[in-house]
Amino acid sequence: MALFTLLENHIGFFHDTVRPALDGACQTVQGGLVSLLGEKSAIGVNFCRFVEGAWLTLELTMTALVIGLMLALPVALARLSRNPLLKWPAFGYMFYFRGTPLLVQIFLIYYGAGQFSPELRQWGLWDGLFREAYFCAVLTLVLNTTAYSAEIIRGGIQNVPFGEVEAARACGMSGRLLYRRIILPKAARIALPAYSNEVVFLFQATSLVSVITLLDLTGIARDVISDTFRTFEVWIFTLLCYLAISYCIFWLFKRLERRLMRHLQRRPASQAPLNAAG
Amino acid sequence: MFDYKGYEWVFWEGLQVTLLVGLATIPVALTMGLLGAWGKLSKNRLARILANTYTTVVRGSPELVLIILVYYGLTIALQDLVAALTGDESGIDIPRFPAGVITLGLIYGAFATEVFRGAYQSVDRGQIEAAQAYGMNRKQMVLRVILPQMWRFALPGLGNLWMVLIKATSLMSIIQLPELMRMADVAARAVRLPFTFFLTASFIYLGITILSIIALSRAERWAARGVRRA
Repeated sequence: MALFTLLENHIGFFHDTVRPALDGACQTVQGGLVSLLGEKSAIGVNFCRFVEGAWLTLELTMTALVIGLMLALPVALARLSRNPLLKWPAFGYMFYFRGTPLLVQIFLIYYGAGQFSPELRQWGLWDGLFREAYFCAVLTLVLNTTAYSAEIIRGGIQNVPFGEVEAARACGMSGRLLYRRIILPKAARIALPAYSNEVVFLFQATSLVSVITLLDLTGIARDVISDTFRTFEVWIFTLLCYLAISYCIFWLFKRLERRLMRHLQRRPASQAPLNAAG
Repeated sequence: MFDYKGYEWVFWEGLQVTLLVGLATIPVALTMGLLGAWGKLSKNRLARILANTYTTVVRGSPELVLIILVYYGLTIALQDLVAALTGDESGIDIPRFPAGVITLGLIYGAFATEVFRGAYQSVDRGQIEAAQAYGMNRKQMVLRVILPQMWRFALPGLGNLWMVLIKATSLMSIIQLPELMRMADVAARAVRLPFTFFLTASFIYLGITILSIIALSRAERWAARGVRRA
């Protein structure tokens, strides 16, 4: 419960203080851009809309990532389980979501839900849920990234050196303790580079939600183009926004990787003991 | 549930276009990939900068945005060209198929660049030294020693790329190329059975993925037939 209170205070603070401040800053920048680029610049005049769009893109990415990561670990463990009742459903789920295009998944959930609207309405899942593009987008992105993340975690767990597991067993660890102390920390380090790629791919894949009417960065770009007919200018600006954020994510993960791998970094040659090879 | 109301044919028509787009993209992507890898490994600074910019931009931006940008970019550029040459301002219709293939080829060429660069670096240095010892010039060395061995190292990466590519062809529906996704969409709207049609389409993509996995593992075994195993 403490977590929920914390989260609520957080969101309250966000809505009352951070958001208005951000909006104010946005307006200022937009004013500056308009005076710099002139009234006819599609980007200057619509700068605040682009920020809103980028905000939705990041919000979708973060939401899907957090929920997806929480679900991915149990799915990966089920996939590695010897129990066929756990293993095969996890395998099928992962195979389906990794083997089909995200666009089809989005359409299947958003438009496909319409085919079952009477049933969904009866179960109270229609209004506010499957009827909303936002909910369908988050659901699809979560299902998609969970499948990919689970595969990455599975690879991480399977590549934990056998010697380390053996050593832990020799120390008398087994079951949960072995997983918590040895396998999962090591697997996380192994999986991190692949996971950072998945984060960037998911971030880029959120652009598909613009197809189901959501106004993310790509959706805003389409909107602005239909207002201003400045096709090139707007798409290139959008592309640059995605590029900048993508490389920020890459950079953040590089730093995290270096932090987690500190103990493996080679010392400068002068400090290394001479008999290190032996 | 699986009553298509006489629209079964859309899947067959769509599948053909999807496979055709995917297969036609391969040579474009491989050419761009080899060119990119050559640029990245080149001693020429300009070539390196061009190749690095190319992969940086493509890897850092969403396929959807790139597809729209390249497609409309190509269209507008060609229309301007036609207008400048013939004075005809009415605009021409760019055939969607070649435009889509070029777009996808440009995107996946950037990913292929990384695969080829890695493969080139995996070729044993001793092999290159041996080729030099035989007095081969650079062209002979690349054609007879490096390229034939690169394929083996590049195959797993290219296989993954193919499976990402065939899924990405679904994005061609955005520019109204009548591939599987677009056909399913049109039929789903006509008979109002979106779930049925999109689920079937997704199973067809899954089928392509399964067949690709089987074919690729065979190809990898074939490519490694000359390798002694420890």
